[in-house]
Amino acid sequence: MDHEIHEHDVIVIGAGGAGLRAAVEASNQGLSVGLICKSLLGKAHTVMAEGGMAAALGNTDSRDNWEVHFRDTMRGGKMMNNWRMVELFCKEAPDRVNELEEWGALFDRTPDGRILQRNFGGHRYPRLAHVGDRTGLEMIRTLQNHGIHQGIDVYMECTVLDLLKDGERVAGAFAYWRESGNFVEFRAKAVVLATGGIGKCYTVTSNSWECTGDGQALAYRAGADLIDMEFVQFHPTGMVWPPSVRGILVTEGVRGEGGILKNSEDKRFMFGYVPEMFKGEYAETIDEAKRWLAGDPKARRAPELLTRDVVAKAIRSERLAGRGSPHGGAFLDIATQRSAEDIKRKLPSMYHQFMQLGNLDITKEPMEVGPTAHYVMGGVRVEADSTATTVPGLFAAGEVAGGLHGGNRLGGNSLTDLLVFGRRAGAHAAAYAKDLANAPSVNPDQLREIEHTALAPFGDGGTENPYAVMQDLQKCMETNSGIVRDKTEMERGLEELARLRDRVGKLRVEGSRHYNPGWHYTADLRNMLIVSEAITLSALHREESRGGHTREDYPLSMPELEKVNTVVRERKGAMEHEHTPRPAMPEELERLLA
Amino acid sequence: MTDVTFRVFRGTASDGGYQEYKVPLSEGMVVLDAIHHIQATQANDLAVRWNCKAGKCGSCSAEVNGKPRLMCMTRMDMLELDKPITIEPVRRFPVIKDLVTDVSWNYEINKRIKPFKPKPREADGTYRMQQYDIDRIQEFHKCIECFLCQDVCHVMRDHQRNDFIGPRFLIRMASLAMHPLDTENRLGELKDAFGIGYCNITKCCTEVCPEHIKITDNGIIPLKERVAGNFYDPLAWIWRKIRGKQADQRARVH
Repeated sequence: MDHEIHEHDVIVIGAGGAGLRAAVEASNQGLSVGLICKSLLGKAHTVMAEGGMAAALGNTDSRDNWEVHFRDTMRGGKMMNNWRMVELFCKEAPDRVNELEEWGALFDRTPDGRILQRNFGGHRYPRLAHVGDRTGLEMIRTLQNHGIHQGIDVYMECTVLDLLKDGERVAGAFAYWRESGNFVEFRAKAVVLATGGIGKCYTVTSNSWECTGDGQALAYRAGADLIDMEFVQFHPTGMVWPPSVRGILVTEGVRGEGGILKNSEDKRFMFGYVPEMFKGEYAETIDEAKRWLAGDPKARRAPELLTRDVVAKAIRSERLAGRGSPHGGAFLDIATQRSAEDIKRKLPSMYHQFMQLGNLDITKEPMEVGPTAHYVMGGVRVEADSTATTVPGLFAAGEVAGGLHGGNRLGGNSLTDLLVFGRRAGAHAAAYAKDLANAPSVNPDQLREIEHTALAPFGDGGTENPYAVMQDLQKCMETNSGIVRDKTEMERGLEELARLRDRVGKLRVEGSRHYNPGWHYTADLRNMLIVSEAITLSALHREESRGGHTREDYPLSMPELEKVNTVVRERKGAMEHEHTPRPAMPEELERLLA
Repeated sequence: MTDVTFRVFRGTASDGGYQEYKVPLSEGMVVLDAIHHIQATQANDLAVRWNCKAGKCGSCSAEVNGKPRLMCMTRMDMLELDKPITIEPVRRFPVIKDLVTDVSWNYEINKRIKPFKPKPREADGTYRMQQYDIDRIQEFHKCIECFLCQDVCHVMRDHQRNDFIGPRFLIRMASLAMHPLDTENRLGELKDAFGIGYCNITKCCTEVCPEHIKITDNGIIPLKERVAGNFYDPLAWIWRKIRGKQADQRARVH
């Protein structure tokens, strides 16, 4: 076998916020670190995060602290969160924000020169450190420019096909260069997965082509557990018109800055959708919401800032009741709430995006918005403190890991998640690698098998166009495992996915291995199939509605199902699922939820 | 539905040419949609970089009818549709295949820039900065590294120099030089190794910037002034001789 080989103590797969932070940490422990990414450095999906990063700095409202952040995150997650992860997260978040500033990030400022924080859905106090509406860009560029001086080897435009195993433990990864199509072997003592999300399994999504569930699928094929995959977040405000931009994100920052949601009858409908759990915490009249926007500390938050699951479902209900906007969404209006100058200063990229792509001036007219597949709360099962997965030597951080966000993620908690758990993953992967008595070895049979699978679409007999199969898979998930689900649809979805699996076995690629996107998609499709099946199977077996998982046939939340995680794993070539008990929360944390 | 004709560069630097494709026009369509349509239905192996499709990642740079642009932000209704639309890879960087070019040179240049070196925190553990002190640098931080400015810069195009880092990295130098917390001195390399003197402020870079950063006026010219002030100002030179050390190279520019 003739291919390139690289050896590192730790390899990190994915170079968004979590991957970069993990690589920096592992490298700072004095280890040799390789960072592998599908795109060019600095282009990962983190770059698209807009609103900000949540941390209880207490700069803008001194009543804030980690305990309130803990309460908001648990309640926003509909209590499904791994409480230990949330505790670590809320306590460490301010340090990670400050550290990013020390590495050169420039957040917007308060009048006394500290980091300014903005309101966001589900956060009791203004909590998001931000840079206008391009916080993700600031984060990734800061990490990138810091990271390139830490002695990390970066492998750009390199796609990992599978993880390598030595018995039970991880031994590295096998990949190919997107440019040449040549294979490359990475030998490593520890591997960190930081590959992000799964949005491309849906037709309407805010995610880029990269978000094909690679890490979830790599972990699954390596024998790791995935948890809570039924919890998929549909962001309430994606663009809906024109068709070309359907799904592109409209930041929650628009509502954080005072934007309001209206239906076709010009009514602010969110006042009618406050769930029992949040009664008494949100403004009850338009007048109170206006006073809140003007800064009255006694007034409660506007109901437009309810959690994303609630707002997305409300927009859908308004549309089904015949009160939708012309293209099937709702109206999001900031023009009547803030001056044109404020809007351009605080939401510059939204202004630009609508002006250029939608021919619409958001300082004058309302936007049309609707739900778009945005984030998966579930993911690879990890141990809270160390981010270790159930496979020795394999760690996971960021969106690819499950548990922190429970049944629904609060906006702004993702960017901070990347840094808090990216750092932990890097540190613990490094510690594991250092402690390892004997380095793992690679099994040549496994390499041959991976090569064979990857090259199969170039062989004779294939008939299926990868682009067409991908579109059909997205349609299947959109229809059968979308924002609202029921048993019949999901069972049909599983049958369709089985047929799609047959079609993926018959993919045909034209052209050569040289920078061939058609071929690249065949690797992505294998991952998307696994993730789609995991979502659908998990959703089918959670017979209740909670957070991002809504069942038409089981509309209520069931207290006994709050006590279990859904787990899927590969056993004997098939996907098995079970419900496993969640650890009970210690009393001192339970008290914070009152 | 109307069909639009595209002339797309296919192949490599040594073996390439233009191929025509017809694409049905739809409402609000951008050039990248058309390229995706061609990929999915007529040329599965058409190589193109893209990520966010919303003007935020800077991946899909190309020459559209000879003009450097992001394909995701170029609406079809901005173009003349009765003539074929020509799509080519950016010219400054070597073609890998079809619309994909080798931009690794930029990543190498970036590594040569000395990293950010912050001053110590205040006694209360914070860094204090006023918004008006960072507005300008936040403008520079909007850069999405699409490298269109690098592509269009005539110094870069004509001379292919390694001693000129190009507008993108001059803007990065400016963002470091004006950062209220940074303590590093980079004026020496700015003048010599990074070749700021080659820029003769024709502002081609500013014109193509999709983020509307005023690259020349707000970034390069103030940097040129600092270099001039530091190396060519006779009074400052004498002052340094008397004091026996370098004059303050970090005077603030607003």
